[in-house]
Amino acid sequence: MLGRRGALRYLAVPPYAWLGLFFVLPLVLVIAISLRPETGPIDFDDPWQLSLMQYQIVLETPAYLRLLGISILMAATVAATATLLAFPVAYFLTFRARERATFYLVLLLIPFATSYLLRVMAWRLMLGQEGAINSFLQFVGLTSEPLDLLLYSRAAVVLTLIYVWIPFAALPIYAAMQRIDRGHLEAAADLGAGPWSRFMRVTVPLALPGALAAFFMVFIPTVGEYVTPSLVGGTEGIMYGNLIQDFFTSAANWALGSAFSVFMLVVTLVLVVVALRLVDVRRVAT
Amino acid sequence: MTAAVRRRGGAGIGRTRVPLRATYLAILVLLYFPIGLLFVFSFSENTLLTFPMEGFTLDWYREVFEDDALLESARNSLIVGVLAATGATLLGFGVSVAVVRFRFRGRTGLVALAGLPLVVPFIVLGVSLFLLFIFVDVPRSLVTVAIGHTVVAIPFATLILLARMGGLDQNLEDAAMDLGATYRTTLRRVVVPLMGPSLLSAWLTCFIVSFDEVAIAIFLAGGDPTFPIFLYGQLRFAQRLPVLIAMAVLLMIGTVTLCLIAFRLGRRRV
Repeated sequence: MLGRRGALRYLAVPPYAWLGLFFVLPLVLVIAISLRPETGPIDFDDPWQLSLMQYQIVLETPAYLRLLGISILMAATVAATATLLAFPVAYFLTFRARERATFYLVLLLIPFATSYLLRVMAWRLMLGQEGAINSFLQFVGLTSEPLDLLLYSRAAVVLTLIYVWIPFAALPIYAAMQRIDRGHLEAAADLGAGPWSRFMRVTVPLALPGALAAFFMVFIPTVGEYVTPSLVGGTEGIMYGNLIQDFFTSAANWALGSAFSVFMLVVTLVLVVVALRLVDVRRVAT
Repeated sequence: MTAAVRRRGGAGIGRTRVPLRATYLAILVLLYFPIGLLFVFSFSENTLLTFPMEGFTLDWYREVFEDDALLESARNSLIVGVLAATGATLLGFGVSVAVVRFRFRGRTGLVALAGLPLVVPFIVLGVSLFLLFIFVDVPRSLVTVAIGHTVVAIPFATLILLARMGGLDQNLEDAAMDLGATYRTTLRRVVVPLMGPSLLSAWLTCFIVSFDEVAIAIFLAGGDPTFPIFLYGQLRFAQRLPVLIAMAVLLMIGTVTLCLIAFRLGRRRV
């Protein structure tokens, strides 16, 4: 079996090395840079000084904190809505689609395989002043002037992101529902549970891990979004990610940008851990 | 499902109370409508998406093939996608075999590490790699984009391959080794062929993840843009839109085909 153990050298070491080098090390570097006092692009030949100055700016500027709060709320709204809309989709695929389940699943996956930027663009084209919705409303005579409340707002960003994430959110819920043992449902029926109580007390609790996975798989990338807000959000709809992007492009303030990144990452992960705790407690209680 | 359950209204909510099929179809319509609109728009003579549509044309599709910068960005994306998908699939394969077949220190750490890129927002990954490459003085290029995409694709490859590896009968490997094969040969001649469809499915999934990714790529690309970066940069020019959409439609047909293949392979159980 000696030859077998030796295989770990080429099986486990490369992924460890790769992720250590290109995932862990960069994150450590961002933390280190966020502790530097410079206010522009950084020359790494300069001596390293330690300072909490950047975090002071991050924590003491109300507008920045507020923007993070808004981004978290937007992400939570997007994740909750996408998960709620994906739930009946997954339920239909699991329990009602029967032999055509594969066909329906493929129909759901096609929009997901469509370019993300293209789907965001579609919404910009629909919501704009000269966009499809406005020109349609005018064409059928419902409005005479274009409505400009649609595009370049927080609502446009949230709407677009919900749209983008629905198919993705359906996948973990579908996977969880497929694992539900039909025997549990039969047992519940034999013991006199009606359809509603079978749904609420058997299906939903067993599908909950999938729904939670869906929620967080949407929530985490959405908190850090900057591409979608810059396309459909305008100045009204910017998120925390746009702030970070600014500090690495036009504003070029790397240390401060790093502090923003670290702060967002920490807040996001703390929220995820706390949320998982709360849900576990509730499951123990019932 | 037994007759008893079906008689009492199926596995969940009673059929009469919630029109599930209608809900599903309504959501599908919502998902397809914007895409369909773009598709129709790519054949319209007008550069604004307005009703009623005016004029049918294939000019935008012709212009795609005359636009060198556009074609080059698509080629760049292809290169990055192939590199990232190959890297992530190989590394994910290593993780799945090591974790399923071996007991070693750092085993749970390896699974956790391979899944962790999923819980870090893309902008943080992009920014951190951007700083790393500047720190070690590596010029940014398509290779650095591919490195970034490998990191975000590893969780997907690992999830797909771990599931398949877990269902593989270890006796087949033991038999090969009893018959004198080295472990390396066993991996190559027994494990890899058995994992074949899942490996391809993982590769295609990673390719699609990379091909569509823009948030990280923007920070890591040098002078050569990938297609999403090119698209993102050109979107503010309204008159360029129809050509870009035509190109995106062509690429969409490609990625949807790949996605369907990945899906088929992923479902197959040997």
